[in-house]
Amino acid sequence: MAEDILARVQKIVSERLGVDEADVKPEASFKEDLDADSLDVVELVMELEDEFGLEISDEDAEKILTVGNVLDYIKSHQ
Amino acid sequence: MNLSLEGRTYVVMGVANKRSIAWGIAQALDKAGARLIFTYIGERFKASVEGLAATLENQNSLFYPCDVTNDEEIDQTFAAIKDEVGVIHGLAHCIAFANKEELDGDYMNTTRDGFLLAQNISAYSLTAVTKAAKDLMTEGGSIVTMTYLGGERVIQNYNVMGVAKASLDASVKYLANDLGKNNIRVNAISAGPIRTLSAKGISDFNSVIKVIEERSPLRRTITPEDVGNTALFLMSDLSSGMTGETLHVDSGFNIVGF
Repeated sequence: MAEDILARVQKIVSERLGVDEADVKPEASFKEDLDADSLDVVELVMELEDEFGLEISDEDAEKILTVGNVLDYIKSHQ
Repeated sequence: MNLSLEGRTYVVMGVANKRSIAWGIAQALDKAGARLIFTYIGERFKASVEGLAATLENQNSLFYPCDVTNDEEIDQTFAAIKDEVGVIHGLAHCIAFANKEELDGDYMNTTRDGFLLAQNISAYSLTAVTKAAKDLMTEGGSIVTMTYLGGERVIQNYNVMGVAKASLDASVKYLANDLGKNNIRVNAISAGPIRTLSAKGISDFNSVIKVIEERSPLRRTITPEDVGNTALFLMSDLSSGMTGETLHVDSGFNIVGF
């Protein structure tokens, strides 16, 4: 299940940011390692909300800085 | 007289991604047979717009960068469009911007720069592009812009953007009066909240959506397709007697009191 979530997140992030899925590692920072700007992050949050049927609050969205943050959020909210 | 836009060309400004209201409008105009010209800001949105346009039925779209804060660039863009197609029949203006930190808390904390920025991009840009587009609308035309209830009434957190929308609403009326003699109509669509990239910048947007689902007469949120349908009507001859009007496409939310 955890691997399934990682794969789904990798797919979304690589499509959105135009990076290799292999680079979408838990420790990767969206802004520093994956070259995302603030609009990319908002778009990513919306894609994740759709993909996982979540509603991510503004406060929680601000704390999403790395791929690992996304994985933790999904695991604790599903 | 019908809804077909075959043989006509429309400029669509403001497609950012698949969720954009401008994209909903583009799809509706495309289905009606229109040729589309997309403008975008910066390289960031270029690939996104081109990728979306590749899915349209009519594969004859054109693409131009256009920063609406830059008069020179507006002139260049419309000159290039004129060179390429000669005549346009309408324009969809789906552009707005305000600083995210000013879409939260008290309106009175708006800074002078933030106020002017919102007015510049969200309201003045309609006047600027209308002036440039007019010269290409030699067969008459229809200009449609996107407004929101927050310009008529207080909506929590909408703040500086609400004031900009009020300015935009007034601009629609003055522009409609200016251009009526050229058989160019100018109308606004006041769309209910839609989960777009821009809307996500408004503080606590998710709860706005819940209110609409619970209390609007149609008990649902609006989709970009809903807005596209009304834009198609406004761009077509079916709305030939309407100008300076604001149509609410909002599940009826604007009629609800407390």
